[in-house]
Amino acid sequence: MAPNDEPGAAGSGAALSNAVPRLDTGWTIRWIRRSAEVLAANRAALNTLDRDIGDGDHGENMDRGFQAILPKLEGLDDETTPGSVLKIVATTLISTVGGAAGPLYGTAFLKAAGAVGATQSLDSAALVALLTAARDGIVLRGKAVEGDKTMIDAWTPAVNAASAAQTAGSPIGAVLLAAADAAAQGAQATEPLVARKGRASYLGERAIGHRDPGSQSTSLLLRAAADLVAQH
Amino acid sequence: MKKLINDPKNVVNEAVAGFEMAHADIVRVSHDPVFILRADAPLRGKVGIVSGGGSGHEPLHGGFVGFGMLDAAVPGPVFTSPTPDPILAATQAVDGGAGVIHIVKNYTGDVLNFETAADLAAAEGIEVRAVIINDDVAVKDSLYTAGRRGVAGTVLVEKITGAAAERGDDLDAVVAVAEKVNSRVRTMGVALTPCVVPHAGEPSFTLADDEIEIGIGIHGEPGRERIKLEPADAIVDRLLGPILDDLPFANGDEALLFVNGMGGTPQIELYIVFRRAAEVLAERGITVTRSLVGNYTTSLEMAGASISVLKLDDELTALWDAPVQTSALRWGR
Repeated sequence: MAPNDEPGAAGSGAALSNAVPRLDTGWTIRWIRRSAEVLAANRAALNTLDRDIGDGDHGENMDRGFQAILPKLEGLDDETTPGSVLKIVATTLISTVGGAAGPLYGTAFLKAAGAVGATQSLDSAALVALLTAARDGIVLRGKAVEGDKTMIDAWTPAVNAASAAQTAGSPIGAVLLAAADAAAQGAQATEPLVARKGRASYLGERAIGHRDPGSQSTSLLLRAAADLVAQH
Repeated sequence: MKKLINDPKNVVNEAVAGFEMAHADIVRVSHDPVFILRADAPLRGKVGIVSGGGSGHEPLHGGFVGFGMLDAAVPGPVFTSPTPDPILAATQAVDGGAGVIHIVKNYTGDVLNFETAADLAAAEGIEVRAVIINDDVAVKDSLYTAGRRGVAGTVLVEKITGAAAERGDDLDAVVAVAEKVNSRVRTMGVALTPCVVPHAGEPSFTLADDEIEIGIGIHGEPGRERIKLEPADAIVDRLLGPILDDLPFANGDEALLFVNGMGGTPQIELYIVFRRAAEVLAERGITVTRSLVGNYTTSLEMAGASISVLKLDDELTALWDAPVQTSALRWGR
């Protein structure tokens, strides 16, 4: 039921370096590449989660989508911004993932791209705006609310934790780490829930005890982002 | 599990290629992105009808492309919704200037991908209206789920809506017919065995030799309950009860009775099901005036069946009888 600890989970406890990390275009590209690695490594685990309460292809679909992004990250010109990278991610996921996850993650990255605009480097406020816009995009498309046992149960705690950390004046690495930790807890917290959206909703109480695969992939994506900052 | 396939990755592409060769008189096929198109599309001034969804339910939807039914069908990977790109391309290809209808089974992935494609088509100036099919009464509490699923009743919606478009109804009228059929058809199914998605290679769920799942969806998603195998008549009664409770029938009503095979149940058993279902309807004073029996909305090799009852009126009966020429349904022409 519960998947193995996600790769990079050790990063949650790692000390942040003293240097202020820059969340620039290079970081954005590294985040997406790292995400592709992590999703490939977790392909079978996500499929298993999805087989328990869905149709068993979430890992397959996410892996296919992120692998399709990689060649598009080669040879980008100097004009490339974090926002334009996120837009490439969005359009590629929409056109390659399929299922429910394609439109949901695609919309998330599209709204995130819009939220960061043309900025070259994200500050804490921009990071919170990115996460908030991504979450709002998923809600707009999928109409799930917290507690429905969907990826929103990872996204909303992540947004709230990042926002609180930013308001408290935490450094950007800590903001990202707070988001990743909250997403991981949120994913775990889907296990006792009955699903009210998606294919798992037809299981009724039989969904109890199983982690929502979308919340788990969300947790993996945010952990990949936080780990890169921790390693900075 | 033995399957008559080559590389599991090529299942959909190879099947579509074969379909194109077998039915070149009726359809054309786009291979990149993949969709199946009526040979004479687009028809100027006719409302275009596009459906689609995961593969593995054949003949749904490609088998229903042709005169009097669908203008295009978009097959996704097995049991996975197609992405918006091929849906958009199919929508553009059938647009004859009178607007396009998307007939979408109510599964989250299908709904979201068709919605995204409709947004993109609208941005290009094509008027698209979606009709979401949700005929499956097995989902009890649609307030707390993704809602009732779209299952075999989709075939009836596609046939009757296609006839309305073919006779020249405008977009609003065609949408109204589709919604009318959806509001008057109810379905419930049973699985006797699971099915195996080719790239997964193992059953998506398990059923003991003496177990059946009542209220199954068309991907083997669970339904209301898992029970011990019973005689066919008892199973039919379990399926028909919720259908008739849900759709208030009156004495003297006319109905289309549709017994659909899930892929692995022989025709001889489907007629045993039909026999009992027709008897029960007769007891309730409902006359079966039209019928359909066969494998039309399948779940790969799953054994099982679904029963759909559509409450007819003169308009729906006339549209059902109207000529159709597709690879899977063909009459009157």
